[in-house]
Amino acid sequence: MFRRRPEARPAPRDRLVEVFVAGRSVRVPDGASAAAAVLLSGAPAIRTTPVNGAPRLPYCMIGICFDCLAEIDGVANRQACLVPVAPGMRIEPQAGARAARIEDAA
Amino acid sequence: MSCDLAIVGAGPAGMAAAIEAAALGLSVAVLDEQPAPGGQVFRAVEAAAGDPALAGEFLDAGGALADAFRATKGIAYRPRTTLWHLDPDAGVLSVASDGATAEIEARRVLLATGAQERPVPIPGWTLPGVMSAGAAQILLKTAGAVPEGSVVIAGQGPLCWLLAVQLLRAGVERLTLLETGAGGALRDALRAGGLWTGRRLLAKGVALMRETRARGLTVVRNVRDLRAEGDGRISTMRWRQGEREHAIACDTLLLHEGVIPSTHITRALGLDHDWDETQLCWRPRLDAWGATSHPAVAVAGDGGGIGGWEAAAAGGRLAAIEAAHRLGRLDAAARDARAADHRKTQRAALALRPFLDRLYRPGPGILAPADDTIVCRCEEITAGQIRGAARLGAAGPNQVKAFLRAGMGPCQGRMCGTVVAGLIAETRGVSMETVGALRPRAPFKPMTVGELANARPEAMPELTA
Repeated sequence: MFRRRPEARPAPRDRLVEVFVAGRSVRVPDGASAAAAVLLSGAPAIRTTPVNGAPRLPYCMIGICFDCLAEIDGVANRQACLVPVAPGMRIEPQAGARAARIEDAA
Repeated sequence: MSCDLAIVGAGPAGMAAAIEAAALGLSVAVLDEQPAPGGQVFRAVEAAAGDPALAGEFLDAGGALADAFRATKGIAYRPRTTLWHLDPDAGVLSVASDGATAEIEARRVLLATGAQERPVPIPGWTLPGVMSAGAAQILLKTAGAVPEGSVVIAGQGPLCWLLAVQLLRAGVERLTLLETGAGGALRDALRAGGLWTGRRLLAKGVALMRETRARGLTVVRNVRDLRAEGDGRISTMRWRQGEREHAIACDTLLLHEGVIPSTHITRALGLDHDWDETQLCWRPRLDAWGATSHPAVAVAGDGGGIGGWEAAAAGGRLAAIEAAHRLGRLDAAARDARAADHRKTQRAALALRPFLDRLYRPGPGILAPADDTIVCRCEEITAGQIRGAARLGAAGPNQVKAFLRAGMGPCQGRMCGTVVAGLIAETRGVSMETVGALRPRAPFKPMTVGELANARPEAMPELTA
């Protein structure tokens, strides 16, 4: 679990962005990534693996490991660590592989 | 758009190269995946201004370089832009940005794509709560955030000490550093020399260690057999020291065994590489100007071999000067004169590397972990499975990929490639050169069909620094 340090990084209200991680509201500094929002939200996992269904959270934060794949604003398989937060962004954990067809997603 | 020099990456090497190239009258485009300049070492340096935990070189030197980059006229800076294909013969870079793709024409290309942390495959390293040390530092830089509870940094290298200082300054109270590495490394490292020329960097390191002591960091040295355990999340960290087994409660584990060049793009281009036995990594074969085996492509910074940000910035300037020379803007004498100071800076910045490389040389388990350890995080393939494939006849990582899918997942082998090769080399008793490396292909990053179909050159942000 991670926490912000408002005492060291005094962000005026307009520099904090509200996003939703698995439906829960999180306020994140502007310019931080969706993966940072996930870690600040305390969500237990951002995805489960396609092979064994194991839970994962972001590992590298620099776009290398792909463990932060998530569904962001309805688009699956996005590297959450490379997507800056935007107001109202919806970040949903992704279970297994991305569904390739609409009927698979049902 | 079209330019003289396209630079991929806006870290120290890319920023310095862009500043130098613009000063030499070249038209320059800089593409970078991140929303702001800095690379990983100076990530989010503008946003982090004033954070006391990051005071010092990061804010001072990094901030100054980012300011100079922003203030330089003649640089077309494209943040949030991913290079997904490069045709160096035609001089065409295919990039993705904001759901659309576009092409950039360039007479020369400089890859300043930097380094990644060396993967640290230990049992349990895929558990939530385990991440790389650099990842925690990026959370601090970009969001001012720190881990809560019992925090363990495990591994070795300068970043462990820097991160420990920064986390302690940022208010992390329960922090333990488990330092790997064998006794005797220091003696060996001292024989490497370079301490006098590198004394400023050495002093920086000693100051970090002193500050961790003053702030009460718990340090355990000569640890091995690291193991992360927990049900759905790390809760216990185990290790061996001498003959004894130890364990502590752990909420967040931060792993680090140094950094290695990101060779994904240089490999995909089919450039010549050499195995660096000192730094235990592949590096593209470069001349003193950063020129690769392709006449139109150069590499600067840690992507060409680990040297740190000062060497990277100097290397960026040298590559820009050489680009101007090859484009007919500078004759050889003017090139050499302009390069002299940067070469001196580069030499001084690299003087301490042999010492650091020996002091923090990863143990054998990093390239050849125990059988029960997951090596390919994407496809969840263990070291034991890879050894089995090697015994069955897989001669290199490309064969293991076909046998087991290791390296076939979304990371395209960025995490497992070198470890897979290390396991094959160990099992078959051959060298890393013989085993070879994964051959990545474009797209360099997975893309949607929609992005590919959405070719809108006019959609590219025309942000100019």
